[in-house]
Amino acid sequence: MIPAPFEYVKVASVDEALSALAEHGEDAKLLAGGHSLLPIMKLRLAIPSALIDISGIADLSYVRVEGDGADAIVAIGAGTRHYELERDEVARAEVPMLPHVAGRVGDPQVRHRGTIGGTTAHSDPASDLPTALLALGGTVVLQGPGGRREVPVTEFWTGFFETAMSPDEMVVELRVPRTGSTGWGYEKFTRRENDWPIVAAAAVGSRGGGAGGPLRVALANMAGTVLRATATEEALAGGASIAEAAELADQGTSPGADMHADADYRRHLARLLTRRALETAAGAA
Amino acid sequence: MQVSITVNGQQRTDEVEPRLLLAHYLRETCGLTATNIGCDSTSCGACTVVVDGLSVKSCTVLAAQADGAQVTTLEGLAGSDGELHPVQAAFRAEHGLQCGFCTSGMVMAAIGVLADNPDPTDREVREGLEGNLCRCTGYHNIVRAVRTAAQAGPAAGQVPQAQEVVQ
Ligand SMILES: Cc1cc2nc3c(=O)[nH]c(=O)nc-3n(C[C@H](O)[C@H](O)[C@H](O)COP(=O)(O)OP(=O)(O)OC[C@H]3O[C@@H](n4cnc5c(N)ncnc54)[C@H](O)[C@@H]3O)c2cc1C
Ligand code: FES
Ligand code: FES
Repeated sequence: MIPAPFEYVKVASVDEALSALAEHGEDAKLLAGGHSLLPIMKLRLAIPSALIDISGIADLSYVRVEGDGADAIVAIGAGTRHYELERDEVARAEVPMLPHVAGRVGDPQVRHRGTIGGTTAHSDPASDLPTALLALGGTVVLQGPGGRREVPVTEFWTGFFETAMSPDEMVVELRVPRTGSTGWGYEKFTRRENDWPIVAAAAVGSRGGGAGGPLRVALANMAGTVLRATATEEALAGGASIAEAAELADQGTSPGADMHADADYRRHLARLLTRRALETAAGAA
Repeated sequence: MQVSITVNGQQRTDEVEPRLLLAHYLRETCGLTATNIGCDSTSCGACTVVVDGLSVKSCTVLAAQADGAQVTTLEGLAGSDGELHPVQAAFRAEHGLQCGFCTSGMVMAAIGVLADNPDPTDREVREGLEGNLCRCTGYHNIVRAVRTAAQAGPAAGQVPQAQEVVQ
């Protein structure tokens, strides 16, 4: 399988990437790790006229803490590859769910190429890091001709492969509130270890609120986007037990059916994985 | 477009189409056919090579993306005197292959596993090779081969060129 022909442009900075996007128009695509884009180009499901390779932008790959105390933010460059995040000491100490989840993406070869900006921009509801980011809260930083803007993660993923980003913008950073020792849990169900989640649940926070905020739950592959289990979150805030609240996890979801699972089985998984993720989060708190 | 890629220690410059995949570049442009294409969809790992010290699936990387990089294929592992790389030697000693189709990818991925973790447990080897499929062996002898290779020390987790590349 060979992609349709395209023009290849390698850029060295965000500014160069943005002007190349402006120059080549809507049929151009950014290329980061290429581990979502190249497979669909090989299937000719995407036929971009130009690929703008941003993987050589060195200063897009970093993890650092900004600010301190309860307001501290962990800033992650969009070009940070999954394996870099998985091993990053700052991320491990300040927002441990993210490096854990990065390590659950695909297999080592995939993690050596894929980036957090790519998985964020791709907006596949069956993706791991967006699920974790949605539970953690925080923002996606976009840069375009008009400068930078921050979109809350709760508003970023708008549909299957659709986001709040416009075609002349790119993701430059993810900003995540520091969680430190706050409890968290991530439960991913797959048939093969290196696959996308059939369903996954991410939970983080604590009952009392406090530094890590109240308990939040996000789900993968239960609708056209990753989404929060709001009924569960509200029940927990109202004093329900974890078991009671987890029974509501599939409310408001619209899971699809495929060769791996039908919709009812996905609903069952959402409830079960939510309970397990919440129990882990509560146990570690 | 023109790419300059160091393949198995030798720098070469080639005129390629932007859409040329690294797997096809290695097999057809360079004539290095140890790198196999199995699934052609990032699933089986048969096409695994090492790019700048990291294992990658070359069916999902453009040759253009490897411009300026150091690429190692199975052909680049043995010494000029024919001495096998520790992982190759261990695959032979432990019968880590049957038909051999997955083997070049398995060996390259195993080097990646050992680069990360010089003395992995059985479970860690299995997890590290989760991106590589073998239809013949049932994996037991592959796992044993990787653990045997680990006994050879740090060389088992290195490709000859990577020693020059690292920082
Ligand atoms: C075999 C295999 C298994 C996988 N398993 C999993 C899994 O278990 N869980 C999971 O979550 N994912 C999985 N993935 C997907 C993987 O995580 C991808 O790496 C990721 O989704 C995309 O990142 P990328 O850097 O490769 O993006 P690319 O493929 O380069 O790009 C993806 C899309 O995002 C756009 N884009 C990229 N970077 C930016 C940016 N900075 N700003 C704006 N747009 C941008 C591109 O134009 C393109 O439309 C798997 C992939 C493969 C091939
Ligand atoms: S041929 Fe590349 S992973 Fe199967
Ligand atoms: S030895 Fe035949 S596929 Fe592995």
